[in-house]
Amino acid sequence: MIEMVRSYVLLAAAWIRAAGQYPVSMALLTVGSFLVTGLDIAAIAVIFTHTGSLGGFTLPEVMFLYGTAGMSFALADLLFGNVDKLGQHVRAGTFDAMLIRPVSPFVQIAVERFTFHRLGRTAQAATVLAIALTRLHVPWQRAWMIPLMVLCGIVLFTAVWTLSGALQFLLTDAAEVGHAFTYGGGQLTQYPLSVYGGDLVRAVTFIVPLAFVNWQPGLFVLDRPDPMGLPYWLRFLGPVAALTLSCVAALAWRAGLRRYRSTGS
Amino acid sequence: MTIFTYGFRRHATYRAAALAGAFTNTIFGILRAYVLIALWQARPGLAGYDVTDAITFCFLTQAFIGPMEVFGGGLQLAQRVRTGDIALDLVRPASLQMWTLADDLGRAAFLFFVRSIPPAAVGALLFGIHVPANPVTWVAFLVSIVLGVTVSFGLRYLVALSSCWVVDDRGLQSLSLVMTTFFSGMVLPLVLFPGRLGTLAQALPWAAMVQVPADVYLGKRDVLGALAFQAMWAAVVLAAGALVTRSARHKVVIQGG
Repeated sequence: MIEMVRSYVLLAAAWIRAAGQYPVSMALLTVGSFLVTGLDIAAIAVIFTHTGSLGGFTLPEVMFLYGTAGMSFALADLLFGNVDKLGQHVRAGTFDAMLIRPVSPFVQIAVERFTFHRLGRTAQAATVLAIALTRLHVPWQRAWMIPLMVLCGIVLFTAVWTLSGALQFLLTDAAEVGHAFTYGGGQLTQYPLSVYGGDLVRAVTFIVPLAFVNWQPGLFVLDRPDPMGLPYWLRFLGPVAALTLSCVAALAWRAGLRRYRSTGS
Repeated sequence: MTIFTYGFRRHATYRAAALAGAFTNTIFGILRAYVLIALWQARPGLAGYDVTDAITFCFLTQAFIGPMEVFGGGLQLAQRVRTGDIALDLVRPASLQMWTLADDLGRAAFLFFVRSIPPAAVGALLFGIHVPANPVTWVAFLVSIVLGVTVSFGLRYLVALSSCWVVDDRGLQSLSLVMTTFFSGMVLPLVLFPGRLGTLAQALPWAAMVQVPADVYLGKRDVLGALAFQAMWAAVVLAAGALVTRSARHKVVIQGG
């Protein structure tokens, strides 16, 4: 485990040096990432010019939910989002090269082309969260949940990414199916789950536990009753959900890796 | 026409990838539809749309992603500039731009069947969407899509050829992505944008890619005016593309041997 972290950091440093060779492009990419993801919050702002509440939540509350989920999503994407590229590596044959190197293939693929430009998105989400918090005045008895929920969110999104990567051992050409869950999860958690249908909310609570990224703990921080009427104690199950999904993802990845056959090209 | 067929067939090889794309577009359509439903339930009749119009709009935008390449890319040109293959394309006795356009229209035609129809069908099944009864609307809608793809192509062509001047085109691509997703109507219908921003967004070329064809489908806009608007922008971006192609031809130095 420590060995994996060490090789991750070393490889990340190497990729950063590589990207640093093109400073203008790197700067444009960071600004671009800040702006692209800023569009989502612009969309929320436009919606709130027409209505005072969406799904029963006010603008600062929606910004709070958006900011926490956004930070989790962006940091998980920064650290592990690349696992998604497995299909490309399998097709190009470069995955075989990773398998013969003395570093975990998971680390190698996750860290590949690591650059800080994705921090643009993290910065954007953090800004939104900060603005939301200045307008919400959350007392510390409930605010302690915020760092915990962001952390659990990172783990949950990482697990979803890993699952999506593992799926590509089966469906090499169909990386986009995974996007429905990774980017789809990012999209889903931007809005209060109360806007979605009841079946969808139950599915993301009990099957793919994305509701624990920001919705359940967010209800606790905002001190709101659950519009779906689910039990109160669910709000504290974030760490359990994160741990469970990680185990499932790790098993899926290992199973995929074991049944992987090189095309030999 | 031949190139159009080749473009169609080349993309038809990647059926699994296209179907996976359709799946993802559908899921996103469902998620976005719920948000729009929540908004229109709070404000019925907002911007002259009713709830069904808003849902229809949402699934149409998802259906446009494939053919219009809303997220950019779709052209191999940028890569050919980087590898130097562009030199070959420039000496061919056919216009580079028209050649690529024919290929891109072939791609769009294939993706229309695989990536546009499924999201729209699922949207119709789950939520119910408007289906125009008038055949004239359908004809206008198809023309509008072709014009939209042409505008989209023209813009992507400009971005791709820019890599003749800037070595790494990813920065420009991501800026183009911002403009396209936001000002096409992809993120939210442009009719929701307030005041001056709304007027501006409706006048920019990106509106021709999503908002205008969707309005033609919904019958929310004068058909001839809409098509003229798209044709105007198609002509402008293609003309700009022709100019850039010419200066690229002067700029590229082919190394012999």
